[in-house]
Amino acid sequence: MELINFEATELRLGLPGSTEDHRDVKSTNSPVNSNKRSSPEMDSSVSDENDPSRSPPPTKAQVVGWPPVRSYRKNILQGKKSEPERGSGIYVKVSMDGAPYLRKVDLKVYKSYGELLKGLQAMFKCIIGLYSEREGYKSEYAPTYEDKDGDWMLLGDVPWDMFLPSCKRLRIMKSSEVIELTVSAFFFGRNKTTK
Amino acid sequence: MDPNPKRPKTVDRVDSVEVVNSSESTQLLCSIDPNRKRAKTVDRVDSAESTQFPDEVLERVLSLIDSHKDRSSVSLVCKDWYNAERWSRRHVFIGNCYSVSPEIVAARFPRIRSVTIKGKPRFSDFNLVPEDWGADIYPWLSVFALAYPFLEELRLKRMAVSDESLEFLATKFCNFKALSLLSCDGFSTDGLKAIATHCKNLTELDIQENGIDDLGGHWLSCFPETLTSLEVLNFASLNSEVSFDALEKLVSRCKSLKVLKVNRNISLDQLQKLLSHCPQLMELGTGAFTQELISGPVTEFKNMFSNCRNLITLSGLWDATPLYLPVIYPACARLTFLNLSYATLRSDELANLLSHCKSLRRLWLLDTVGDKGLEAVGSCCPFLEELRVFPAHPFDQQIFLGVTESGFVSVSRGCPRLRYVLYFCRQMTNAAVAAIAKNCPDFTHFRLCIMNPGQPDYLTKEPMDEAFGSIVKTCTKLQRLAISGLLTDRTFEYIGKYSKNLETLSVAFAGSSDLGMEYVLQGCPKLRKLEIRDCPFGNAALLSGLTKYESMRSLWMSACNVSMNACRALAKEKPRLNVEVIRDEDGADDSQAHKVYVYRTVAGPRRDAPPFVLTL
Repeated sequence: MELINFEATELRLGLPGSTEDHRDVKSTNSPVNSNKRSSPEMDSSVSDENDPSRSPPPTKAQVVGWPPVRSYRKNILQGKKSEPERGSGIYVKVSMDGAPYLRKVDLKVYKSYGELLKGLQAMFKCIIGLYSEREGYKSEYAPTYEDKDGDWMLLGDVPWDMFLPSCKRLRIMKSSEVIELTVSAFFFGRNKTTK
Repeated sequence: MDPNPKRPKTVDRVDSVEVVNSSESTQLLCSIDPNRKRAKTVDRVDSAESTQFPDEVLERVLSLIDSHKDRSSVSLVCKDWYNAERWSRRHVFIGNCYSVSPEIVAARFPRIRSVTIKGKPRFSDFNLVPEDWGADIYPWLSVFALAYPFLEELRLKRMAVSDESLEFLATKFCNFKALSLLSCDGFSTDGLKAIATHCKNLTELDIQENGIDDLGGHWLSCFPETLTSLEVLNFASLNSEVSFDALEKLVSRCKSLKVLKVNRNISLDQLQKLLSHCPQLMELGTGAFTQELISGPVTEFKNMFSNCRNLITLSGLWDATPLYLPVIYPACARLTFLNLSYATLRSDELANLLSHCKSLRRLWLLDTVGDKGLEAVGSCCPFLEELRVFPAHPFDQQIFLGVTESGFVSVSRGCPRLRYVLYFCRQMTNAAVAAIAKNCPDFTHFRLCIMNPGQPDYLTKEPMDEAFGSIVKTCTKLQRLAISGLLTDRTFEYIGKYSKNLETLSVAFAGSSDLGMEYVLQGCPKLRKLEIRDCPFGNAALLSGLTKYESMRSLWMSACNVSMNACRALAKEKPRLNVEVIRDEDGADDSQAHKVYVYRTVAGPRRDAPPFVLTL
């Protein structure tokens, strides 16, 4: 898998050349994931072979409902004073092409696309890039999401706040496939990807 | 309608089927043939051979019994006591809303004035239960509107409550007095408007930690000027600003106000005004305990609490800083419960504060106080019975602050009367917990959360089995236990062997095999609630509890190794249990049961189950 610096493809407002180093995204090495028991929320019959995201285990933010802190307290601590207190986070499933199992993320934890991608990268141990009209795909994977209408969209086109309520699930696709889909959508109209 | 339905002299129809709990077995009280028992009740006064009390006397005596467990026992003595008990009961407690139906409750208890209902499984607090799972209060209210039109109190926990339900409650129950909602969801501040507007005799409005749509603070202004009966008002968890003018007038005219918990938007000087109107307050939740623009010296607040001679509980204290915290010192000596779990205090700030709090029985903190802060707890609060330490940054793994085993040990040394502990930490050792157990043998509730799943003793690298072993061996009164860390089946062996009084057990990321769960189900004679997530317990473990589940309130198992077939087998064997599987949206593996909820019931399978809940 190519490791391409995704900052070059990152959609953001800012002068070109101003970057941060995102390489040292850590994930905790929680000792739970020895061979003895299945990881949280994962099917224990999962095989390891070509899945690089198997070891290091999930970062804590992604283990649903752990530590057991009530949503109300969680929201207070995260300083969400102005938001309506629905209590629960926005949990959506994330699939990655080639990975044998899905994961779940709480979108409320993130404040921007950049943060979301960082979290996803840490989770799947890959580099994901946002599509840029000019440069195309610089990395092997591209993030897409299914919106409320059931359409598959590329991440990054709409403002983050608009994206949050409309995202039903995420899919990290191989860039090559995205191009195929775009082409077929162009010729055949709206395309609902099948699972 | 008659507020006091008279107990008819002719036969009472005992239609309900009662499944009751006893430690040895479950018993069934079936519908009886009315005619057979008639003679006793009708000819009571004349019957020479009757050695029974007249019904009225029996009822009078039984009406003095409050505990619902005692009442349950009373109702089992004989048919007459069963009847006397049911007619004298004023309050009913329903621990699982699906264990019984509103119709059955209404048929059995004709004179209820107060109802407490709990709904969703506890893990719904942590997002493990999908939205729209159920536990809707509305079906209960519509039955109660007919059966208990004079209902006065409703206390709900983890129920789905809509604005329509709140409006129904406010308008159909003319004598309604007390509403308490904890961890509920589905309503907005519009529902609160209805309550404030229509409940002319309201004494209590207690809104805590709900999934509420906060549409603004106008609801508070809906209390009519004629309402003077309020004793409890808690809106601390609501975000929107209320009209301070309306609040001040409300507080001034409600002379019986005992509990006032305001939200963060109420400033210090507003709080001072409020307190001047209700010096009789027993429990206070403050707003933001700081001033952005320092309008005057801190000394202007120094008398804020001097008139509050009855204050025993203090909470809120949002954003409290060392500058303003001393304002509460005059009230500290009398405080028995101090909730600082929303104040990010440091150890020295806490130490200064606690030196004034010698009567403290209950203390809730944020782990920002650190081990040093807990040392202060140990030295200042010898009468402490309850300690809860919440994590300020539960989801941030880069943080190495918080509290450790040493803080806990310090508290245990200074507070031998500790009974209830909830402790979130990032490291623990077996030796520390053993010392804690020795120092505090009276634990009834021990909830330890080592936040990294499956973390061993950080010094010896061994599992934390011996830690919980020492707790269950030493603390014989233990009723509730939550375990964490790296744990093998040995922990469960200890629990099963030693915890004779254990009623609630919470397990996550623990155990090595089915044996673990089997140990618990075969031991623990008083077990009522068992909740398990992410453990390697499978079908054999699930089925080993076949004979036990009817004596329990419920079992929750998620992300374990249980198959649909095993669940079906359990459901087939035990028709008086509801065995429900919450389907994962994915439906990836249909043969595995990812989330299982098993509970005893007399109401049969749920009729309101959403499509993702399968009743087997």
